[in-house]
Amino acid sequence: MSGYFWELVGISSALKVLLLPAYYSTDFEVHRNWLAITHSLPLNRWYLDATSEWTLDYPPFFAYFEWLLSQVAKYVDPQMLIVQNLNYASEKTVYFQRISIIVMDLIYVLGAHRCMTALGVVQSTQKHIAGCMLLFLNVGLIFVDHIHFQYNGFLFGILFLSIAALLKQRYLWSAFGFAVLLNFKHIFLYMAPAFAVYLLKFYCLGEGKFVQNTAKLLAAGLTPFVLSFGPFWQQLPQLMSRLFPFKRGLTHAYWAPNIWALYNTADKLAASVLKRSRDADAPSTTSGLVQEVQHVVLPTITPSITFALTALFMLPILLKLYLTPSREQAKLVFMRSIVLCACSSFMFGWHVHEKAILMCLLPLCLLSVLDHRDARFAYFLGIAGYYSLFPLLFEVDLLVPRYSLYMSYVAMMYGQLERVYKSKPSFHMLEWIYFLGFIAIPIYEHIISRLLDLHLLLPFMPLLLTSVYCALGVSYFYVRYYLYAMDFQWPPSFGKRRRVTQIKSSTSKRKRKIK
Amino acid sequence: MSNMSSELIATLFVAISLRSIISMNSYSGFNKPPMFGDYEAQRHWQEITVNLEVKQWYTNSTHNDLQYWGLDYPPLTAYHSYLLGRAAERLNPRYVELNKSRGFESKDHKSYMRFTVLVADALVFIPAILALSVSMDRIYKKNLKLQLQLLFAIYPGQALIDNGHFQYNNISLGLAVLAVAGLLCDMIYVAAFAFTLALNYKQMELYHALPFFAYLLSTSLSQKSAKSAVKELSIIATIVLSTFAILWYPWSSSIDATSDVLLRLFPVKRGVFEDKVANFWCSINVVYKLKKHFSDHKMALICFGTTLLTALPINVHLFFRRSKYIFILSLFNTAASFFLFSFQVHEKTILLLTLPSICLFYWWPKEMLWFLKLSVFSMIPLFKRDNLLVPTVGLMIIFNLTFKSRYFKSNENEICHRKLKISITQISEILMIAIFLAFISIEPPSRFPDIWPLIICIISCAHISMFLIWGYTKQFT
Repeated sequence: MSGYFWELVGISSALKVLLLPAYYSTDFEVHRNWLAITHSLPLNRWYLDATSEWTLDYPPFFAYFEWLLSQVAKYVDPQMLIVQNLNYASEKTVYFQRISIIVMDLIYVLGAHRCMTALGVVQSTQKHIAGCMLLFLNVGLIFVDHIHFQYNGFLFGILFLSIAALLKQRYLWSAFGFAVLLNFKHIFLYMAPAFAVYLLKFYCLGEGKFVQNTAKLLAAGLTPFVLSFGPFWQQLPQLMSRLFPFKRGLTHAYWAPNIWALYNTADKLAASVLKRSRDADAPSTTSGLVQEVQHVVLPTITPSITFALTALFMLPILLKLYLTPSREQAKLVFMRSIVLCACSSFMFGWHVHEKAILMCLLPLCLLSVLDHRDARFAYFLGIAGYYSLFPLLFEVDLLVPRYSLYMSYVAMMYGQLERVYKSKPSFHMLEWIYFLGFIAIPIYEHIISRLLDLHLLLPFMPLLLTSVYCALGVSYFYVRYYLYAMDFQWPPSFGKRRRVTQIKSSTSKRKRKIK
Repeated sequence: MSNMSSELIATLFVAISLRSIISMNSYSGFNKPPMFGDYEAQRHWQEITVNLEVKQWYTNSTHNDLQYWGLDYPPLTAYHSYLLGRAAERLNPRYVELNKSRGFESKDHKSYMRFTVLVADALVFIPAILALSVSMDRIYKKNLKLQLQLLFAIYPGQALIDNGHFQYNNISLGLAVLAVAGLLCDMIYVAAFAFTLALNYKQMELYHALPFFAYLLSTSLSQKSAKSAVKELSIIATIVLSTFAILWYPWSSSIDATSDVLLRLFPVKRGVFEDKVANFWCSINVVYKLKKHFSDHKMALICFGTTLLTALPINVHLFFRRSKYIFILSLFNTAASFFLFSFQVHEKTILLLTLPSICLFYWWPKEMLWFLKLSVFSMIPLFKRDNLLVPTVGLMIIFNLTFKSRYFKSNENEICHRKLKISITQISEILMIAIFLAFISIEPPSRFPDIWPLIICIISCAHISMFLIWGYTKQFT
């Protein structure tokens, strides 16, 4: 492993250091405020304080984590820990917060390494190198964590550690790790069904000691919840209302590229064709404010509909996971079901953020070094998914970095897949046309709309185009990948025969290497 | 993998990514009235060229105070400034308002200025390095274009000076790279044209001029018949002279105007060096104060003589033993002797040495990586002044680790033969890191406030002299 692993870790950290002076979003102030709250207020005020509009709305482990950080922060710049110091951003504060993300990413590195080992990717092979490059230099994480500002890296690290434990049959550790993760950020709840089904099948039912194992599993899985929520047991309703705010709308201000983006667009188009307009005082879907919206032509969607759809669409892959006979086969199915659970909730969920696409993209990086066909799908979703993060980086100085980092990453990914599988990833002509179509959006956004002065008339047009065009790609990926993961051979001539045989030999080679 | 075009594309975008990220940092002279720095100089040239008659650009007048960042680069730079100034005027007339815009700084203006450097990168520098690395591979039948291009893309010095400190070396260097590529592909007319443009963008390209001259002369004279030799020579001369004539046309009407420009380009009055620079004269100056003993004019003559003395043998050798490898070697040696011995050398001028040294990476990877690290080390005092140390460290880590990783080692067995040299390299690298850490952490004693920059200069100068001797031995053996 010498010769590239630590070098890549160093390169990725240095790249993140270069981004220290980059523009950051309001999430920076959100986290600064949480540092201040956890440091200056007693525990029972944490989830009640509303001095800043950015109230604490992550589960308690994340709050404890902020408290730990604040113990270091007080030596750096105590001013940042004062709750009333809204929008405080001294250079030291910025450096401290940004560097804390970079340091925490070491957990991500550890998780990625463990996960690849557990998946049987042999060290110092091209596959391992490719996996490291795709994960450590991941452009999505760079956009969201190191420019926009969030702590996703180490959370994905915990996820990977928990996946690795599961694959290595350390089921209790896996359940414990995943429960810890849920107590850091509850959005990972969307992946819980895959973990639950796998553990039920191969741990509770698979070892012939159902009652004993289930009891152990529950103990391992519930301990973190007790540790996390225990100190807050008297204010659980208040805490829950912070964690699950249902006052928000179906879609975020910028529509995440999912089915609802297409639904909203269809509604708008239908409304303008039928010349029907909504009540004057009802909020519009593009008004930018976070509130509930009314559709004009199509029926209005309620939270319960989105939950029903999400659950319904998770079922087939979970069933498939449950019916997979052997542990060895179940590894890949489990990885795919993680992606598909995350993708189902992304497609149909209530008030989905565009950042949630990382929950599909990062596990797909692992899958893409395991199988040629997964790699092809991973690449397709990568093109649309990383692009869909652009609206997070709207500041004018970030335009060139966002396009060039994206292009570097997708070109590097193509090259790595080519190196791993000794042939270029193959795409249908229409898929290539879809890829090339992405060039049109920046051309419209930066050139045509300026020349025709459309940017004043239709200021949200570039966002709408990005959202809808990416939504088409994500939906296409979702359908095709779902069918592939369910082993449906449709259309029958999918892929090329000679490749299929090649993959079979490479997977069997891989299996031999697993001890 | 013989043909990995996707990875070539990736390196090109890596080059732009890193440069655009460096652009987010501070620039030279940020918020430092009354003179500011190179950023203001470039803005001021836009102001001058947009508002004044062409003939007035290099001449002192009520509206053009040459003491305040007067134009001191050749006409192509001035035309470039004019284009950028026109664009700036359309964006916001206050950017280039005559006299009133002095020291103008705003966030939007910074974005605009930074963007113009990135445009120059994308249109000139990056296509040029692509052309060079592809043509090197084609001629020497090796498969190193990815490494070569990555080296150009992530070499910290050029990006930090252009996109951090603020200059447009990418244009003159890009044109010079294009000229080298043209020469390697035997397209000598292209080479002559591109090099003339480079020379007309920055007169520092004179550091590269002698090898180009020797090579082109030698090629034309070695034609089969005297007739074709004369024809070849006259075509090259026509290209060079007509390019000069067109670019210098506005000042060609009178001797005064031309001499105004020339005096701006070769400012003898500014002394043998301004800041601490890692060359021979600055190092000698520690024990023997040159400025006390020699007038500027006398000093200029001494510099001219020593430079010629060290550079001529190299180029005479190139003339008689012409090959493309020797050409690149002479480019390195000539630039090194100019850097060490010529007049008015700036620390940034070391970028002119890094261009041939990146090409030499093809044959001498270890040595040239060492040299490239040294070149960044020699500019550290400048980066400190510009508040660019964090990106310098970040880029150096990326640069070091990328070329340390197994992924980019071409032939492992070569390393065993060079054990001795590697240990010298390591000692030198440890020394550089130690001095750097001391420079940023230990306050200099009040009697010697410049002690650290001076130590950096002397160490760099010793290294460059050693590299010049190394280059001499490689060329003549």
